Amino acid sequence: MTANPADPANPGATATGAPPAQIDARGPRFGAALTSVLLAVALLLGASTAGLVVLTVVAAGFAVGAVRGAQHTWQGWVFRTLVRPRIGAPSEVEDPRPPRFAQQVGFAITGIGAVLGVTVTLMAVPVAAAIALVAAVLNAVFGLCLGCELYVLGRRLRTRAG
Amino acid sequence: MTARVLVLVAVVVLTLALGAWWRSRQGAVRRVPGAAGSAAGGAQDAAHSGAAGAFGGGDSSAAPWRDAGVRIDGPTFVQLSSEICTACRSTARVLRGIVEDRPALRHVELDVAEHPGLVRELGVLRTPTVLVVSAGGHVVARTSGATNRRQALDALAALPAREHAAADLGGPTGVRHPDHTESPERR
Repeated sequence: MTANPADPANPGATATGAPPAQIDARGPRFGAALTSVLLAVALLLGASTAGLVVLTVVAAGFAVGAVRGAQHTWQGWVFRTLVRPRIGAPSEVEDPRPPRFAQQVGFAITGIGAVLGVTVTLMAVPVAAAIALVAAVLNAVFGLCLGCELYVLGRRLRTRAG
Repeated sequence: MTARVLVLVAVVVLTLALGAWWRSRQGAVRRVPGAAGSAAGGAQDAAHSGAAGAFGGGDSSAAPWRDAGVRIDGPTFVQLSSEICTACRSTARVLRGIVEDRPALRHVELDVAEHPGLVRELGVLRTPTVLVVSAGGHVVARTSGATNRRQALDALAALPAREHAAADLGGPTGVRHPDHTESPERR
């Protein structure tokens, strides 16, 4: 038997809340592949204005995904209009919240990189691009959400500090 | 430019190595040494006996679980999940499938956000973390990351032999339940 949130014998048992509408699990991974390419370009452009521009474009995409979910980014649009019609219905759907959290982590990294690139030093651009590239490639190739892996750790550090 | 290309290649190669290692660790079963019925015993994973605190080893009971609002009245899969975790869903499906035809076995899913005390005491670092808890409240084995059916059954084998037999849990590889197809839901 499986305990559910309504199980009176297990008041402490709460399955993760009722999930919102599911999304195609391949969408965020495809988006991460596109993002990886842009971040690789930013890394190759190095500590330059051109690199800063590319990083800012990536950060802007993450900003949309962080607020509205990965399926609403321009990468999500490309997936829906160009890729999905060709590859057919998904074999696996997923909760949109983990990919959205990943977008928030991506926005934090690239956003800080872009701001530091403008205000302090352009060297922040390739550094942030490299860190974000690691996360994006892990997501695209392995379906691994680095931010999600660190989520529990982050929570524990926060509660300890608080 | 050549230097930047080399940096890019190095970053990608290291990332692929990291990802391959991560994938190989998904759902790996770790028996908790010193816990009741752990045949493996020894010091193969000493870090986790410490992290398990009152929940692992010798003389603990169901009390710490009761304090956390979790009823342990038989062998139980305790799964710690979070809202932002895709592998938690596939792991929950696998565990539900296993307890379905084993009435003595239960599956309880907890949200880490609502059980910070348990998360700390049990040394949980990521979701999903699955703990195999004996009827006495001892953590006898644990897995983390996407856990498939074979790995979950393997973790069950760490239960005390008497509990394992009484609950008709089947062999460590699930040979008694060949009607269930393996679901390698690794992500």
